[in-house]
Amino acid sequence: MNTALRKVGVPVLSILIFLVLWELLVWANGWPNYVMASPSDLPEAYARFWELFLLGSWQTLWRTVAGLLLAVIFGLALGMVMGFSRIVRDGLYPLLVGFNAIPKATLVPVLALLFIGQHNFNTVMMAFLISFFPIAVSVAIGLSTLEPEYRDILRALGASRMTIFWKIALPKTLPEFFGALKVAVTLAFIGTNLVEIVSPHGRGLGALFLSGQTNSNYPLMFAVLIALAVLGIVLYYAVVAMERIFAGWAERAET
Amino acid sequence: MSDLIDIRGVAHAYRTPSGPLPVLDGLDIAIPRGEFCAVVGPSGCGKSTLTRLVAGLMKPDKGEVRLDGAPIRGPRKNVGMAFQNPVLLEWRSILDNVILPLEIVAPSMPRKERVARAEELLAMVGLEGFEAKRPSELSGGMRQRASLCRAIVHKPDVLIMDEPFGALDNFTREDLWQTMRQLRAAEPFTAVLITHDLRESVYLGDQVVVLSGRPARTQYVMNVDLPDERPLDILYTPKVGEMLHVLRDQIKIAQGRGEGPGEGAAA
Ligand SMILES: Nc1ncnc2c1ncn2[C@@H]1O[C@H](COP(=O)(O)OP(=O)(O)OP(=O)(O)O)[C@@H](O)[C@H]1O
Ligand SMILES: [Mg+2]
Repeated sequence: MNTALRKVGVPVLSILIFLVLWELLVWANGWPNYVMASPSDLPEAYARFWELFLLGSWQTLWRTVAGLLLAVIFGLALGMVMGFSRIVRDGLYPLLVGFNAIPKATLVPVLALLFIGQHNFNTVMMAFLISFFPIAVSVAIGLSTLEPEYRDILRALGASRMTIFWKIALPKTLPEFFGALKVAVTLAFIGTNLVEIVSPHGRGLGALFLSGQTNSNYPLMFAVLIALAVLGIVLYYAVVAMERIFAGWAERAET
Repeated sequence: MSDLIDIRGVAHAYRTPSGPLPVLDGLDIAIPRGEFCAVVGPSGCGKSTLTRLVAGLMKPDKGEVRLDGAPIRGPRKNVGMAFQNPVLLEWRSILDNVILPLEIVAPSMPRKERVARAEELLAMVGLEGFEAKRPSELSGGMRQRASLCRAIVHKPDVLIMDEPFGALDNFTREDLWQTMRQLRAAEPFTAVLITHDLRESVYLGDQVVVLSGRPARTQYVMNVDLPDERPLDILYTPKVGEMLHVLRDQIKIAQGRGEGPGEGAAA
């Protein structure tokens, strides 16, 4: 009971304190709305544009999740071949690192030119491109550092590589995989928003932000930022919940 | 002729960046069906390599490893392995860890039978009531017991153990020796045990093979002429004391400091 109260109460309290401090800061400096909106301006923005918020959130959400799913599938596959084959690992690593080092904002115009007008596709692609790297690397490292004994207990019985992967290598890598997925979900979210904000005639919360900017509706812009933060938190904790379900054993093992 | 495991004239070298590293050369070991063979030798002489050959995980460069008369060509379903590290899977219960080999070897076996078999073994090694626990909830000795159960759950012909008790404290180790003898009496396996503990080799073995330093050859074979009923006290009898002494001397020779004036320096 007490711990449950603390788990919910402490974060809620810290958010409230944050909002009060923000309100105080704006009030003390006497900033007008076009410099910085205060929390008390936000409810009005939500009330006026709630339909747009719902639609935008949905669009941002599904495209992020779609991109992340692609990243999981591709990252797992790539991590598998890299984890099992030294040659592939040595060959692909520099390429991957180089690709990861490119600031992804530069890919927005490239994608936009490659797939003109395919806004949904571009957004999903960006979410995917920006987030598959940590997944692939974590799976590759997890598989390549598997102690040989783990493999040998099944290999000595004539088990196939696939069987060893499903029964031992994959579950053993799950904690690392979810660690990477937590990073990846945040990255995918950033990727989605990047495209939404930069593209003309975009969709999602990013586009709503842009329209707030073009109409000089500052409370709306701040309201979008808060909505983005909330959506980001939801996505992150969805991954944490999945981690509890599929790799909860790793947590217990540590204590 | 009636040997289950027959290793004859085996030589093997690992290919390393700095050229081939001969690890085994002139290895001969014969183990009759149902017997327990303990292998001792200096560190790094090639003992683990020997287990990988018998398990069919590797093929020797030269010579032959035969099982029941036929050369071993690769992994087989009728072998069980246990290592110094118990390598239990943390996401499975102890029971499901023990069942694992059955999922590979006997995929059509009903779950009920698998569970019954695993429970039977766990009870035999004193892990009754721990079936639902996670590996991390068990002590090191208990984990090693579970690991042994997993190695023999599918009734393998050959049980290969690579220093399974090496990381345990002395008392736990002695407990496990006794458990090992009980398992041996109840289960039909033929065993190869790698160890660096001479008392362990004598207490558990029907024969003790001493390997030379790298590249390892069979340097000495001792037939352990002790009754099947072996209380731990037997280790403190003069007879066993003498056997241990002989083995000790052989190890010194294997380490290259047994003969001549070097002997005093080695003590
Ligand atoms: N895969 C490998 N590639 C190259 N060299 C290897 C390989 N495996 C083992 N070796 C080398 O072969 C030698 C024998 O190794 P092995 O593991 O069989 O010895 P061991 O007798 O089991 O040693 P220990 O007593 O430490 O367990 C060692 O020098 C080791 O460095
Ligand atoms: Mg070894």
